[in-house]
Amino acid sequence: MDELDIDYEKIGLKVGLEIHQQLNTEKKLFCNCPTNLIDETGDEFKRKLRPTRSETGEVDIAALFEWRKGRIYKYEAPHNHYCLVETDEEPPHEINTEAVIIATSLALALNSDIVGEVHTMRKIVIDGSNTSGFQRTAIVAMNGSIGIHGKEYGIETIAVEEDAARKISESGKEITYRLDRLGIPLIEISTSPDIHDPQEAREVALAIGRLLRLTGKVKRGLGTIRQDLNVSIKGGAKTEIKGVQKLDLIEKIIKYEALRQLNLLNLKDELIKRNLNKEDFNNVNIVDLTEIFSNTKSKIIKNKLNAGGKVFGIKLKNMKGLIGFQLTPNRRFGTELADYARFYAGIEGLFHSDELPNYGITNEEVEKIYEILNANKDDAFIIIADEEEKSKKAISVILERIKQAFDGVPEETRGANEDGTTKYLRPRPGKERMYPETDIKPLYINSYIINEAEKLKPEPVEKKLKTFMEKYNFSNELAEKVINDINLGFIEELINKYGNKVQPTFIASLFVSILKGLKSKGIDVDLLDENKIESIIRLLAEGKIAKEGIEDIIDRAVKQQDKTIEDIVNEMGIKKISVEEAIKIIDEIIESNKDIIVSKKEKAMSILMGRAMDKLRGKIDGKIVSEIIKEKLESILKNI
Amino acid sequence: MLELKINEFYFGYYGMIADKLKEINAAPGDYISIKNGNKQFNGTLMPKNEFSKEDIIVLKLDNGYNIGVKINEKSEIQLLKKGQLTTHAGEPVKLVEKEITPPENKRILVLGTGGTIASRVDYETGAVKPYLDPNELVAAVPEVLNYTNIEAEEILSIFSEDMNPKYWDLITYNIFKKFNDYDGLIIAHGTDTMAYTASAVAFVFNKGLKGPIVFTGSQRSSDRPSSDSAFNIISSAIVASKAPFGEVCVVMHGETSDSYALAHRATKVRKMHTSRRDAFQSINDIPLAKIYPFEGKLEIINKSYKEKKDINPEFGFDDRVALIKYYPGMSNDIIDFLVDNKYHGIVIEGTGFGHISNRLIDSLERAYESEIPVVITSQTLFGRVNLNVYSTGRKMLQAGVIPGEDMLPETAYVKLSWVLSRTRNMNEIKNYMLTNLAGEINLRHELRLYPRWYHG
Repeated sequence: MDELDIDYEKIGLKVGLEIHQQLNTEKKLFCNCPTNLIDETGDEFKRKLRPTRSETGEVDIAALFEWRKGRIYKYEAPHNHYCLVETDEEPPHEINTEAVIIATSLALALNSDIVGEVHTMRKIVIDGSNTSGFQRTAIVAMNGSIGIHGKEYGIETIAVEEDAARKISESGKEITYRLDRLGIPLIEISTSPDIHDPQEAREVALAIGRLLRLTGKVKRGLGTIRQDLNVSIKGGAKTEIKGVQKLDLIEKIIKYEALRQLNLLNLKDELIKRNLNKEDFNNVNIVDLTEIFSNTKSKIIKNKLNAGGKVFGIKLKNMKGLIGFQLTPNRRFGTELADYARFYAGIEGLFHSDELPNYGITNEEVEKIYEILNANKDDAFIIIADEEEKSKKAISVILERIKQAFDGVPEETRGANEDGTTKYLRPRPGKERMYPETDIKPLYINSYIINEAEKLKPEPVEKKLKTFMEKYNFSNELAEKVINDINLGFIEELINKYGNKVQPTFIASLFVSILKGLKSKGIDVDLLDENKIESIIRLLAEGKIAKEGIEDIIDRAVKQQDKTIEDIVNEMGIKKISVEEAIKIIDEIIESNKDIIVSKKEKAMSILMGRAMDKLRGKIDGKIVSEIIKEKLESILKNI
Repeated sequence: MLELKINEFYFGYYGMIADKLKEINAAPGDYISIKNGNKQFNGTLMPKNEFSKEDIIVLKLDNGYNIGVKINEKSEIQLLKKGQLTTHAGEPVKLVEKEITPPENKRILVLGTGGTIASRVDYETGAVKPYLDPNELVAAVPEVLNYTNIEAEEILSIFSEDMNPKYWDLITYNIFKKFNDYDGLIIAHGTDTMAYTASAVAFVFNKGLKGPIVFTGSQRSSDRPSSDSAFNIISSAIVASKAPFGEVCVVMHGETSDSYALAHRATKVRKMHTSRRDAFQSINDIPLAKIYPFEGKLEIINKSYKEKKDINPEFGFDDRVALIKYYPGMSNDIIDFLVDNKYHGIVIEGTGFGHISNRLIDSLERAYESEIPVVITSQTLFGRVNLNVYSTGRKMLQAGVIPGEDMLPETAYVKLSWVLSRTRNMNEIKNYMLTNLAGEINLRHELRLYPRWYHG
């Protein structure tokens, strides 16, 4: 089935969003560290985390597997950007009131019921991104709503929580994180599953993102806002998709997830149609196929064999074509099985009959596999090359996953890929392991917090639009673009700083059209940090560069990250020149083009203009050049 | 305003809230709804948080979060469903896939006394309660079975700060009674006063121990994935089962990384940080051993340890000893008070070499005349007391004080308490105090004994 054919109403698509946005507070949520990131490594230390048992004696399965992998977490602790709280060497301080005030202001804007007292909880997270092994989180308000295009969407909860450490690299068993981001306050806004269409999801995310930016109290830039999606269809299961950073991907991810669930339901029907049942996958014989591959050309298998591994295979009765069953573009049922084998057994080399011969595995080898497994052409097989124990573990996990296919869609937590598909991350936690953070006192919501929140409460979009149009002379279209732009706060900041020298409409259009235009030409303008963009506007305000040169400057700045804008401007030799200098150059051009003036008269204007701009582009406003030439030309023609 | 009736606490709640809850017969664990006008909150009623304001009811929502809901006269509270808080533990889940068969000839015993390491969190309320279950210990830290059989017993369940010399007696009697059947012992203890208790045990058994006695604890509670307790227990089990010495030591993290633990001599160790994992450090001595728990490796770094010997205890502590710190402006009446109230001994943390103000020397003389020994240590912790260099020191010596060499003030306090239960003769006391019995006095200090601080 293709995603284009899906009737979302018919399949009962339900989507809920969880929007996480970094707050621009002075200090972190539970300590006095600053909330900006830094490009330094600083101190270093290494830790392990252990799964802990819940009150019912249960161990979080994901935590258990992380631990069995023997993970080591290395932390980079840049000076002045971490303290003992982030290293889990000191208890957290009291919750940051500024963050609670910002969250409360959004609660007011989203008609939510604000709690009487904010209680901080611990939510177990054991991938090393929190040194403590849990994330601290607290609900500030609940039961709100937001109206978009005439429809009301429920806002279930508004919470403040600490951001995780950022992952720097991974190699073998060691994952490296940096602590500068750990503890930066996030607001988490969770909607009800009221969204029934992928496009609608994008619009809701956009509206909530805009509301957040209108407080003027949130961080900007890539990675400061992240969405989690909860997606289900009728007969499917709630899938939690983590960490969607790009708004543009939301629609695609939901489409693909709906498609994946639909196809898993189709797969279930097909299994039943083939008279298969779960029992067929009990006691499946695991066969040692190592012998077949003694002279294999497959690099993966050869490496595994050289490392002392073996090749094991299982026959899957009457499953021909189903392991290769496509779920979404680029993802087959076999890909899901491989995800499970990787997660639970750490297996990389898995092959199945529906994709072979390929990957250096020959037709001859495939035939032999069929023969030894005693399989016929209606059967499928899976082979795994690795250590015996790991391979057997992987096979049992794969058989379990195949059995789940008879129930349709398993409940999972998945991660978003770049192409809009998703991969298995871990099973969905039942009721999330959450318990009180005993080191932090509850924060009573008093009138001071409410009053401060009232001051921050974002103004209605209509009012903001009007302000932009009246104060800055924006067209309705430009004002709307600016309000929806992720850089809203930055644009306003630049206008406040440079608006008397550079037209506000130009500053706005730098973001909403110039940068966007360059991006569509393939120039990755996201690589420019705010300082560089501000430098460009500042040079413009100081009269050191002209508008015409900006695109070139940006292009070069993207390509030469290590250089400052000043360096680039100097190198390009496009420093703005004075009118006197321009007149000198224009005089020279007129002098060497005298004959053209004599022959073409007034019509020489465009030729002269072209030749002058070749030398002056970016150095002086084109309007001035044209005025000078016009004046000179007129006086020459008078004297001829 | 709420009417406060202190006598009528109801699961921590009082006044109007208690009345409202009683009226509908709601107890923690019940599912209730609270209506404030058109706002409604549903959730499980929780006991009042100690720090919650008086007009707040704590609810656990279905998503696991706790919130505080404000209550006024008009709030309507309804009981929706009776329920119970689940605080009991179920069957422990195996952390490792394969059963570990411990070596047959190794046996150690864990004695629980309380503290963070032997405690568990009540997941509903978040309260931490002392608790030590041998089965759970093994289930939680199965790696110890790689080195030894392990058994556990709770002999005390108190907070570290409630420890006192009477409990030292109880702990040392238990050690003596039980050590015979084991290669080594682990004492799980709260970290705040662990060094005192460890010293106390070291003096009682200074004449011989048949194996290591390891004190350990944790700085991060064991309910959290980042807890240091498993690391410390595994390291302790390695020391208790493998170490060649018959000494009392403290085994805790060596640095902030989960890399190695250190076994510190009981009489030379001190908690030097309020919260860090590596808070315990040896002062004026180097640690006995370095332990790499994940590699199962034990490395002796201080060769002058006591060999294993038959156990030979000398029990008893005197609980009328005071440990006081001198400060500029201290007046005589502090020492006079102790003398007048017939304390049996005093340890003073003096400044620098061990000095106290000349004004207080009269009081020292009074103490000596009353046959109350005064032991001098230094608040600098590092280095040795020396009362010969300045005239004040010489006057103090003339007043009969005992210069406590390089002993930690806490160790000197424990030692004096132990000595006073053996003798009250001033000369004998002095002899005892100046003789190295349990590694408490180190006569040779090298440069490397003093830490290198950060200087940019």
